[in-house]
Amino acid sequence: MTTNTGQRRPRTAPIDDVSVRVRGLTKDFPLGGLFSRRSMRAVDNVDFDIPRGTIVALVGESGSGKSTVARALARLERPTAGSIVVGGRDVLKTEKSAASRRYRGTVQMVFQDPFGSLNPAHRVEHFLERPLRIHGKARTRQEVRRQSAELMRTVGLTEDMLDSYPHELSGGQRQRVSIARALAVDPEIILADEPTSMLDVSVRIGILNLMARLRDERGISMLFITHDLASARYVADTTLVMFAGALVEGGESLELMQNPSHPYTRLLLSAVPDPARTVRYDPVQRARLRQAVLAPTACPWQGADCSATLPVRHTVGPDHWVRCHLYSPQVSSATNPLLTDSDPDLESNLDAAPVPTRKAAR
Amino acid sequence: MSTTPILEVTNLRVEYHGDNRQVVAVNDVSFSIGEGEIFGLAGESGCGKSTVANAIMRLLKDPAEVTHGQIRFKGRDLLALRGEELRRFRWKEIAMIFQSAMNSLNPVMTIGSQMVDIFTTHEGLSVKQARSRSAELLRLVSIDPVRLDSYPHQLSGGMRQRAVIAMALALEPSLLIMDEPTTALDVVVQQEIMAQISDLQRQLGFSVLFITHDMSLMVELSHRMAVMHSGRLVEMADAELMFASPLHPYTLSLMNAFPPLTGPRIRLTGLSDSVRAADGSSGSCSFHVSCPPDRANCSGNIPDLREVEPGRFVAEHPRPSIEGTAA
Repeated sequence: MTTNTGQRRPRTAPIDDVSVRVRGLTKDFPLGGLFSRRSMRAVDNVDFDIPRGTIVALVGESGSGKSTVARALARLERPTAGSIVVGGRDVLKTEKSAASRRYRGTVQMVFQDPFGSLNPAHRVEHFLERPLRIHGKARTRQEVRRQSAELMRTVGLTEDMLDSYPHELSGGQRQRVSIARALAVDPEIILADEPTSMLDVSVRIGILNLMARLRDERGISMLFITHDLASARYVADTTLVMFAGALVEGGESLELMQNPSHPYTRLLLSAVPDPARTVRYDPVQRARLRQAVLAPTACPWQGADCSATLPVRHTVGPDHWVRCHLYSPQVSSATNPLLTDSDPDLESNLDAAPVPTRKAAR
Repeated sequence: MSTTPILEVTNLRVEYHGDNRQVVAVNDVSFSIGEGEIFGLAGESGCGKSTVANAIMRLLKDPAEVTHGQIRFKGRDLLALRGEELRRFRWKEIAMIFQSAMNSLNPVMTIGSQMVDIFTTHEGLSVKQARSRSAELLRLVSIDPVRLDSYPHQLSGGMRQRAVIAMALALEPSLLIMDEPTTALDVVVQQEIMAQISDLQRQLGFSVLFITHDMSLMVELSHRMAVMHSGRLVEMADAELMFASPLHPYTLSLMNAFPPLTGPRIRLTGLSDSVRAADGSSGSCSFHVSCPPDRANCSGNIPDLREVEPGRFVAEHPRPSIEGTAA
């Protein structure tokens, strides 16, 4: 929690190169009844940047808080603390209660379930017409039709599908409609929350290729939320690993999958079925390890005591950092250059009392 | 694993009758599952793999109909079972875990009362006995028996899935059919469930028909596997062998439909997104993979499986190269 250089970008990088800058994002959900003061921290002090025109993957298992991050960015959830800087403005301060139309025109979201996110009572054209008209992209009937048709072609569908109802489309086609809907406002940033997890194997790659194409051709930045590490590796420039509400590792996707450093990342990777894998994992051993990781009383690896103190980010490779005591340098922390980092936003965090990173198993 | 087959499916053909057309969902499919064997059936959506499972469970209803073929289970003809006979046979002999099984639990009944139902209905146990058996079952799948009094919504997705597995194993069936048991779960939970199933399988020795579109997952779990496309089997072999050297182009493209975790990042094309009828009988070639150039004698249909090596079948027209290796 000491450095904000999550992407290991040069400190001199102008803000314009970053589409979204998230700092100290925290979200508590209240538990229990109306007067209950208990709460659960779903997202804990998350810092990351989405560089312009790149895809950043956020991976983690169910309940790790990755969807909450996306929902906070989409302003569907009000964060407890933190800042979200889009276009040079801290939107949580400038648009306190709800997102402005301008913000919605910049940031769009694609949801997980294409079967639930399209109203079955409307034709496809309706889903594209609404954002086009509301955001003033098209005013006349012809313009709407022309632009909708173009959107359809962009996502690899045909114009005549505009007159179809969602139930007439396959899952992959529906997800493409959802993406077209997000594209209608000509956004800079798309938040894709598990866009492929409900889809059949035969169409998954198609959606991933579409995402890559939108990045390459239109320069759209994306936050790609997934539990499928292989998809993240395939399409994302940067991968961030989320565990129990906190980011534990991040880096260039290929490098991160090649040299997973955090125990949790290794655990995640070992769970991906891959017959070509050289190292075999004993499933029983793995399950035990996972239990140990989820509810640590002591670290299962070499007894590092991160249940007592919060680990900081350590650089383990080019564009690759990890938050784990196992990688703390052997020199005293005072000489650690990472700790001299002075970002005003984060100064206060340094003083905060250490809280356990890993909360109860979920 | 070459033991006596407990399930034999021969020349199975299932048709769906529409208003003015018929779709052959399963066309001339034959395979067998040995005792204690995990048999995988892979294929994309709409290839007919779930129809095969439903046919074995005798769950097909109008407009679906088994028009040809035989399903024999421990020598008995399943297609001939009627009424009460069928009711007793299901769950006792063959149990099934459905796709999105976690949603197949009744939301207004506790896990316990749903499990107790199985024992009171099928084995005539008293509620008290049934409860203790249910508690045992939950322990078997590593769930705390206090969860007997929980409602499904109080459990996580993985726990619900495990509860469903426990229910499927309640009557110690000889064959367990799993139709995409982990599709809705994340990788970590999926891995745990799979480890649990193969653990239980070793312990209890039942056979498994495992249906999924995830080839990697299947190869890790199955002993033998078959790949299905447009209602037909295109390849059947030992799982490791098929993964190491797939013979059929479709098998290869299904394997490549998932991006790999190692090696360079290469652009994949995946399988096509077009809606196809699961109809092997159509005149045109229903493959959308590029065939090797030497398939000059392709008739356009998916040919029957041929045994190219002992225990290794592929649906290909005879090719000189394969003939050479087989000889």
